[in-house]
Amino acid sequence: MSSSSRMKRFRLAGWAFVAVVAIVLPFFLGTYRVGQFTQALALAIAVLGLNLLVGYSGQISLGHGAFFALGAYVSAILIVDAGVPYLLTLPIALAVCAVAGFLLGLPALRLHGLYLALVTLGVAIAAPQIIKRAEGLTGGTQGLSVDRPAAPAWIGLADDQYLYFLTLVVTAVMFLLAAGLVRGRVGRALIAIRENEIAAKTMGVDLARYKTGAFAVSAAYAGLGGALFTLPIGFLAPESFPLALSFGFLAAIVVGGLATIGGALFGALFIEFVPVYAADVNTALAGVIYGGVLILFMYLLPGGVMGIRRQIAARRAASQEQDAPAEKQRTEQVKTAGQV
Amino acid sequence: MERFVQVLIDGLATGSLYGALALAVVLIYRSTGIVNFAQGEMAMFSTFIAWGLLQAGLPLLVALLGTLALSFVAGMVIERVIIRPVEGGEVLTLVIVTLGLFILVNSAAGWIYGFNTRSFPSLFGDERLDIAGVAIPVESLGIVAVLIAVVGILFVVFQRTKVGLAMRAVAMNPESSRLVGVSVGRTLMIGWGVAALVGALAGALIAARLFLDVNFMGGVLIYSFAAATLGGFDSPLGAVLGGWIIGIAEGLAGTYVGFIGSDLKILVPLIAILVVLLVRPTGMFGSAEVARA
Amino acid sequence: MSLLEVEDLEAGYGPVTVLRGISFEVDGGKIVTVLGPNGAGKTTTLRALSGMVRRSGTIRFDGEEISGYSPERVARQAIAHVPEGRGTFTGLSVEENLKVGAYVRRERDGIGDDIKRCFGYFPRLEERRGQLAGSLSGGEQQMLAIGRALMLKPRLMLLDEPSQGLAPNLTRELFAILERIARDEGVTLLIVEQNANLVLRFADYAYVLEAGAIVLDGDAEKIQSDEGIRRSYLGV
Repeated sequence: MSSSSRMKRFRLAGWAFVAVVAIVLPFFLGTYRVGQFTQALALAIAVLGLNLLVGYSGQISLGHGAFFALGAYVSAILIVDAGVPYLLTLPIALAVCAVAGFLLGLPALRLHGLYLALVTLGVAIAAPQIIKRAEGLTGGTQGLSVDRPAAPAWIGLADDQYLYFLTLVVTAVMFLLAAGLVRGRVGRALIAIRENEIAAKTMGVDLARYKTGAFAVSAAYAGLGGALFTLPIGFLAPESFPLALSFGFLAAIVVGGLATIGGALFGALFIEFVPVYAADVNTALAGVIYGGVLILFMYLLPGGVMGIRRQIAARRAASQEQDAPAEKQRTEQVKTAGQV
Repeated sequence: MERFVQVLIDGLATGSLYGALALAVVLIYRSTGIVNFAQGEMAMFSTFIAWGLLQAGLPLLVALLGTLALSFVAGMVIERVIIRPVEGGEVLTLVIVTLGLFILVNSAAGWIYGFNTRSFPSLFGDERLDIAGVAIPVESLGIVAVLIAVVGILFVVFQRTKVGLAMRAVAMNPESSRLVGVSVGRTLMIGWGVAALVGALAGALIAARLFLDVNFMGGVLIYSFAAATLGGFDSPLGAVLGGWIIGIAEGLAGTYVGFIGSDLKILVPLIAILVVLLVRPTGMFGSAEVARA
Repeated sequence: MSLLEVEDLEAGYGPVTVLRGISFEVDGGKIVTVLGPNGAGKTTTLRALSGMVRRSGTIRFDGEEISGYSPERVARQAIAHVPEGRGTFTGLSVEENLKVGAYVRRERDGIGDDIKRCFGYFPRLEERRGQLAGSLSGGEQQMLAIGRALMLKPRLMLLDEPSQGLAPNLTRELFAILERIARDEGVTLLIVEQNANLVLRFADYAYVLEAGAIVLDGDAEKIQSDEGIRRSYLGV
């Protein structure tokens, strides 16, 4: 009993440490780095959304870059064409992407595993092309320029710091919301669906509602992340949302840890600072390492960074079982009677 | 009318290219139940090796044969070293590993060969034949012929040879295969080797038609997946027919449907995938197990 | 020296041990059966012999120690295993199933003749030689599985519950054919069975397995005729 509460205290201390680092960060780094971390936070929101879909409800999506782009463009178009204040565009982007996610979730009900991966892959590939085509709205290949938000006078922060803290607050809120969601009935239902759909159905879980809901929520998170992602740069174009971005999200949840909330942060940091799409010889080597790391993670750390703790616990439990008395083994024998 | 026939033949040729890569994807799916997202990148890397051999002065045919042999070996090694540890695992694990392979191979090619665009010679030359008043490129006919030849050879190998029988047996029932003495591991390696070989051939043909750079197979992959989906993921014949259908549909849509034009042609494979998976997930010739994946 | 000698065989799945150190032997030319209730470890015994589960102990085949062999290597020793549930290649034709059974053989010449011999034992299969194996009935698939095992030219054939899912008269027919095969091809049979009655009638020797240990063994005739044994161990 005490070991689990010790674990809890350890985790809380860990998160407290992360929080402290997050808060002091912008005061010690230059503008460019602060911008990078701001983007990492935005990515974390998107990665968290994808994890809700993949890690918790067990539905694969290779196309969340499309929702990321959708949120970014909705926000940018509203700011540029309609003069909507950027803060207001955030919930609008969230809502639009939630609807879009729901719409994709409907046909997804009939697809599984590889096929769902294929369809979502198609969505990710189509997105940049559709953006280019809808030139009138999106500015096509020229892209859109968005004024970077300025820090309000009374706050006493530099522009980049202000944006960082804004993103940090939103990120923290979204993380807490997600944590609350998965810890309750919703989370249990999603995990039940992931483990065994048929069993979940017989337990009374409304598959359609939860699965499309998962799509909607994850798309909303991705869209919000997209909207926040472009604010520090002030510019977006179809090239900003390549297929590699969707791959990156998937890689991030693997590295961070499937079905974990905190893992999204690690995953986001991984993909922000390790380039996934090589454009020149210098980044090419990094790409090789990136791919290799991903593969190694699946061999050695399938639970991601957050899963390290679980793996240690599992290994400890396994070694205890080997010392179990013969009685326990006989009980096991009877249980596995069907196999012999 | 002439235009129509040309678009048709062109679509058939392009479709053959999609079908060739789809064939590689299907071969691996049939033998191991894995969708190899990295198939296109492996083919790209093979094409670069061919290019390298050409630069070293080897004649085209020799360079190609050498590349096919090297790709066969590479495919075997990849199965043994990278895929074997996670074979039989969860779908997501396999997706991530093949995605990781995608990124790794793509970056490795960029690191070794650089990011410039190069040209790759065609096996068939630039001539056009006059058939019933329509000018048809020899290359298009050559590509279709090569694909048909490959399918023919594969058919003979699978249906009439001991190795082919073993590969089919392993795909169906690995445990029983062990009991009759088939080395499952070695058979899987051969399967990946053959797929890599077919992919390399596809890469060379596609590069000759388009261009050669690190990302040239990226666009083709979704078309090949559409072809495989349409044909049925475990049917080699389906992959080829599916490729032809997608190729022709894309050509016709691009030419005659104004709204699609040339940049939204990507919608053709996407719509194909969506429609097939929602209406008849097993595709044209896929077996029932395919839908349960 | 027996054809098959097993000493202290322990086997199981993962952390679970099913066989707790059994020893038995099978003489060449004989038909030996392993009986016992569900969960006793009968299937695990055959799988251990074939190298399909983790095991420890000594397994000697014709004097050679095969304890650590992989299933492929065991097959190459001319030991054929007809698994539980037949393990037919449902997508291959009947003839292809037989052909693949001959996979380990180096000399390929005799295969056509051997296929004919199989059809001699199982004429029903010859009628369906081009059909997909998956379309065969349970009984026909069992015959096919045995035929496939025969194609290996085995010296020892392991059969896992061949009567499973078959009507009694079909089972009798099957066992009669098995007896013929054992006699004419010189194959030693080790049969695991739930259906004690039927198999004891034509086996030479029997072992009774219970909870991973051998509790009884003896001549099949004696065991069959002993009321006490039948009631205690065979649930008859």
